Formats: sequence, structure tokens, C-alpha cells
Amino acid sequence: MTREDIPIVADEDVVRVRQVVRSYAQRAKLSLVDQTKLVTATSELARNTLTYGGGGSAVVELLGEGRRQGVRASFRDDGPGIPDITLALTDGWTSGQGMGLGLSGARRLVDEFDLDTAVGRGTTVTVTKWSR
Amino acid sequence: MTGVERIPILKIGDVLLASIQVDLQDRDVLALQEDLAEKISATGAHGVVLDISAVDIVDSFIGRMFATIAATSKLFDAHTVVVGMRPAVAITLVELGLTLGEVRTALDLEKGLAILAELGEQAPR
Repeated sequence: MTREDIPIVADEDVVRVRQVVRSYAQRAKLSLVDQTKLVTATSELARNTLTYGGGGSAVVELLGEGRRQGVRASFRDDGPGIPDITLALTDGWTSGQGMGLGLSGARRLVDEFDLDTAVGRGTTVTVTKWSR
Repeated sequence: MTGVERIPILKIGDVLLASIQVDLQDRDVLALQEDLAEKISATGAHGVVLDISAVDIVDSFIGRMFATIAATSKLFDAHTVVVGMRPAVAITLVELGLTLGEVRTALDLEKGLAILAELGEQAPR
């Protein structure tokens, strides 16, 4: 299996996302540090999907591009969307109870980061990490 | 829905030891925070050791809970030391931008207990 869909509707789904991403990261032969970074980033994003998006789903994919392999994880919700993307990506800014490191921190931990959001239309965040 | 995973809290002298051996759900961490506060209050422990040597990721929620546990413990005059952080977890935490607040860290349980003993001597009661 090179692709897995995971619904995110409850607390334990965040743990499930971490476990699936970990196993994909191992298959893509990411180093232990890179595995840990990717799993941590996706843990932040899965929790955002649950907390701010009101639930949604994750898609985890194994990528092959020439000799390098990677893992891409995409988090989608139909929540309220993010009105100010620059603000949401600022360290320490939070609209909720968190520390405001979720989005900005996750972005630092991955190789590619894409944020697609519109107020009232939901949010999709996609992150990718490649083997070195 | 699975239930809350209760992390056992052991008492060694006047130190409480919680060794985290499971993949933590958010509510498990919240439960640990409450259980520790109650146990410190009941035992008058002067130190708390959180052993995370089996933990393979610490994200901002879990990290914040460690800081909250330390802050709560301080209200009961107890210090908190996190021990056994894996190198990959440490590197990731720095890049994530997370600081652990008042939480002391030590390489292993032995060094953690030594720090607590030292802190206990500085403030005799």
C-alpha cells in the first residue's frame, strides 16, 4: 500500500496518524531524525484538523522520484478556514489554547509545505519530507 | 473510543516517578497531569521525574503539558525533571521552537535524581 486515508474525528486518530506516518517514513528510508521531524509535524497538523477544523481527514502517501523517496501527508478539514495566513504562520500566535507553534513549527520540520485555506471553505495543509 | 491510559506513578523516597511507555493521546497527558498533582499533594513529594526514554515524539501539546506539570508541581513545592529524552526528539523540539519552561532535563534517571537531591538540599524543609 502506498497511500492511506485516515479520518480524524477523535483524539486517538492523532496517534493513528503518527503511527501511519512513522511506518511510511521508515519505508521511504528517512533517517531517524527526519522520521521524528515528520511525525512531529503531522502530529501538530492532525491536532489542528481536529481542534480548529472540527475534524477532517489525512492522506499519507509514499513518493518515489528518481532515486529519492519521500512521504507526503495532506490534512483536510471543512472548518472555518484561516482568515490571516501570515498571522497563523507566526510563531507564538494562536487562536486557541495552544502555544502557536503548530503551523509555523510544522513548516520548519518538513521540506515542502503548502497551505490552502479560505474563510468558510476549510483548510488543507500538505507537507512533504524527502530522504537524503 | 478507547479509554484513558493511566500512566503509573511510583514513589521512591520523596520523589515521584512517572515512566511514559505508551504513545500518548492528549487525554492521557491531561490525566497524568491531574494524577501527579493529586499524588504530590497526598505524599508531600519534593520532586517529580518524568521518564520519556521510551517516547519517540514530543509535539507542542505534549511539551506544553510537561511545562504545565512542572508549574503545577512548583505550587506544591516540588521540582520536575524530564529524563531520557532521545536525541532525535531533542533535535526536533529545538527546530519546532518549543521551550520547556521551568522543566529541568537530565540525561538519565540517575542524573535526574541527583538534580532533585541537590535542589532539595538548597531549600531544606
